[in-house]
Amino acid sequence: MARELKCMKRKELESYLQDVEVFENPKIKLEQYPTTPHIAACMLHTMSSTYDDLADKCVADLGVGCGILSIGATMLGAGYVLGIDVDEDALETCYNNLCEFEMNSVDLMASDVRCLLGPDPKSSQLFKKFDTVVMNPPFGTKHNEGIDIAFLQAALNLSNNAVYSLHKTSTREHILKKAASWEVDVSVLAELRYDLANTFKFHKKKSVDIEVDFIRLSHRKAGKCL
Amino acid sequence: MKLLTHNMLTSNIIKGVTKGFPLKIVPVQVEIKDVDYNPAFVVRTLSKVDWPALHQAAVETGFGDGLPETLGENFQQDEELLKKIHNALLQVEVIQGELVCPESGRKFPITNGIPNMLLQEHEVGQ
Repeated sequence: MARELKCMKRKELESYLQDVEVFENPKIKLEQYPTTPHIAACMLHTMSSTYDDLADKCVADLGVGCGILSIGATMLGAGYVLGIDVDEDALETCYNNLCEFEMNSVDLMASDVRCLLGPDPKSSQLFKKFDTVVMNPPFGTKHNEGIDIAFLQAALNLSNNAVYSLHKTSTREHILKKAASWEVDVSVLAELRYDLANTFKFHKKKSVDIEVDFIRLSHRKAGKCL
Repeated sequence: MKLLTHNMLTSNIIKGVTKGFPLKIVPVQVEIKDVDYNPAFVVRTLSKVDWPALHQAAVETGFGDGLPETLGENFQQDEELLKKIHNALLQVEVIQGELVCPESGRKFPITNGIPNMLLQEHEVGQ
């Protein structure tokens, strides 16, 4: 199926992704707000049509959650996707979604992204095995400071090419500084509005729009370890 | 869990384990899932695969027939072999079973095809 759909239009992709089930009971501690079909389609369409980073690629999806980015990446031709999450309930939802979409080239594993590559990333068998890493990581602004950066570091160690991620626009300066210190190229591809739509109880207003940057990082030097 | 995924898993995330590779597979249920055959993708992926570990994993899961212990130079021209490798890498799925660390004996369960590599806090190395 993947092959014919490579040139799928963004709107069409978005409408397929409407059928991805979301978290039954999202966990605040893990910042489990689902990537909306609209945002997922925008991200994936850009990776595919502007950068050709999906078709026939090995892709990792960190904090895979319900799997919307993995499913969309497969629809746009990814050859193999590995989705990783620390939460077994999310993985169960994701597994059901993959069965529903009959996606056989996506694999899942339960692991903590922060210790995924162990103390010495270079000695990990995962090091640089993926072409593209996609993720919607925790923003790291709610009692879990630094986790956004930990996700980026793990992603750059997994990837031999490009990393796509979402970050709060308010943290942009910080992210750009980090990228410069890691000697990787970074560009802000789009500013998106994220509608958290009462995902968690502390969102008192009916829906809360937050500004999010869609960014792309890419290695300048092959084999660079962070 | 596909054998391609298994090929990237190490237990050296555990404190005190130095290499932890490859993890031994103890399969309980194995299935074949259809994945489109793409020879160019198989060849490119193979350049990153540890062949002895893949071979061992294929034998452990019962799909080692026809896979040589060492991969010759001209495997790219051997369509039949490439199809077998495609099968071993992407279609063989361990649905239930466990992975065993070759050094510490620590077991990682596989449920619904998902290996659980989560560690207890005291197991995590620095």
